[in-house]
Amino acid sequence: MSGDAEKLFSKLDADARKSGYFLNPDSAFTMELVEGLLANEKRYGHQACPCRLADGNRLEDLDIICPCDYRDADLDDFGACYCALYVSKEIAEGKAKAEPLPDRRPVGRNERPQFREKKPGRTDSELSHPVWRCRVCGYLAARDEPPGICPICKATKDRFDRFM
Amino acid sequence: MKFEHVDGQDRGKIVLYALSTCVWCKRTKQFLGNLGVGFDYVFVDLLQGAEKESAMAELDKWNPRRSFPTLVINGEKCIIGFKEDEIKEALR
Ligand code: SF4
Repeated sequence: MSGDAEKLFSKLDADARKSGYFLNPDSAFTMELVEGLLANEKRYGHQACPCRLADGNRLEDLDIICPCDYRDADLDDFGACYCALYVSKEIAEGKAKAEPLPDRRPVGRNERPQFREKKPGRTDSELSHPVWRCRVCGYLAARDEPPGICPICKATKDRFDRFM
Repeated sequence: MKFEHVDGQDRGKIVLYALSTCVWCKRTKQFLGNLGVGFDYVFVDLLQGAEKESAMAELDKWNPRRSFPTLVINGEKCIIGFKEDEIKEALR
């Protein structure tokens, strides 16, 4: 196990706790995924999901840069993300076990969130600022530009959509 | 294509499409090893260019979602994901 993996693990764990997420308590399993994230960062330049085949191009992979756009829906429906790096509180406390789940990432490229046609839900000219929504965790920010890093899930600015 | 072979009991042609970074894939590979069956596997993420494309085209025939792990048994049965019970049943 590399020192880099230890460091990334501690960071992910601390970030998760702060924002109400939980890493898989099976530490051997989790460390292997963290190593996978580092391997992907090294070969692609971004931490693509370890359990999906990445393209290598950042925009193509944007929806599967960890945490992926599908994590929260999978946590809601299955109690774990596709890789089972993130799990529900129940699983984190050892009351249930993470099971493999189907991949909800659309197969068609143009149905993926970064390529889907975007229309703000409503545009209200009365608003003093546009509202931006993080595609990963749903965080909303009313300001001229989306934040550089999502304060909740740490997703980058390019993963925000105009919401209102 | 560069399949690696793991020796074991002959239960027909068992092919595992996997990713080198995916932990469910690793668990599937270990599970097959523990069952003691012979199988071939390929880490598609470690392939390049034409080899990668041909592996994905082959995988596509079995699993149009192209997800990993995908296990193909005897060119007949396909098991997608680390489903211990299904794999055990199919290889009995
Ligand atoms: S949140 Fe889970 S499924 Fe999504 S990219 Fe990260 S490890 Fe993979």
